[in-house]
Amino acid sequence: MASTAAVPFWRSAGMTYITYSNICANLVRNCLKEPYKSEAISREKVHFSVTKWADGKPQKPTIRSDTPED
Amino acid sequence: MFRQAASRLLTRSTTTLRRLYSTEVATDASSGDAAFVEAWKKVAPNIDPPKTPIQFMEPRPPTPSTLPSKLTVNFVLPYAAELSKAEVDMVIVPATTGQMGILPGHVPTIAELKPGLLSVHEGNDVKKYFISSGFAFVHSNSYADILAVEAVPLDRIDPAQVQKGLSEFTQKLNSASTDLDKAEAQIGVDVHSALNSALTG
Repeated sequence: MASTAAVPFWRSAGMTYITYSNICANLVRNCLKEPYKSEAISREKVHFSVTKWADGKPQKPTIRSDTPED
Repeated sequence: MFRQAASRLLTRSTTTLRRLYSTEVATDASSGDAAFVEAWKKVAPNIDPPKTPIQFMEPRPPTPSTLPSKLTVNFVLPYAAELSKAEVDMVIVPATTGQMGILPGHVPTIAELKPGLLSVHEGNDVKKYFISSGFAFVHSNSYADILAVEAVPLDRIDPAQVQKGLSEFTQKLNSASTDLDKAEAQIGVDVHSALNSALTG
């Protein structure tokens, strides 16, 4: 029996709910007035390092950041 | 063979215990976990048993037998609690199925929210926020938990940016090729038109 639940358009395009929610939040933040907009954007900045592993050994880590590296 | 199956079905349903729903479990845990205390006393009878996590938790507020006059709202964002246990008369949330009004005594509901206007009504005051997306949970004890990723009062929204965004995404929607591009452009159009109608309506 095929499930007949209506699927939202973003789900059928391959997007997850979290991605959808984050896109909506970013769009709203971009439409704010000035002091609030810079506060919101600085609040949501992320900075993290990702290390992929292969054969039980860590590969070179990549840093993903909103702050420009010097 | 079928006679055996029928009798086996009957015995299964009468002997297996159903696990309790969370609303049926006793919420008063100040006396502590009885089984743990007993086991402790057997091993170390002279030392007081330590408190277990459940004793540090506030019990769930009970469901009153008469209809409460106010709705208790917890409106939270990832970085701040906008309203914490605020007693209000009514809340109107932008659910995906349309604007939904929540009054005290509302049937327990879980609603996914779409980008739109949330209004909190207390007496004659109405506070409006624009929500980017989130969820609303209404519990049987007239507590409403509203979770949103971004919620801004309407006066913090820049109408010029909204118009610019709307025209930009409408253009992207027309020129989009892959499914993912179309979905992103459609999200942009939805959010900006919701912002627009929140500002004008």
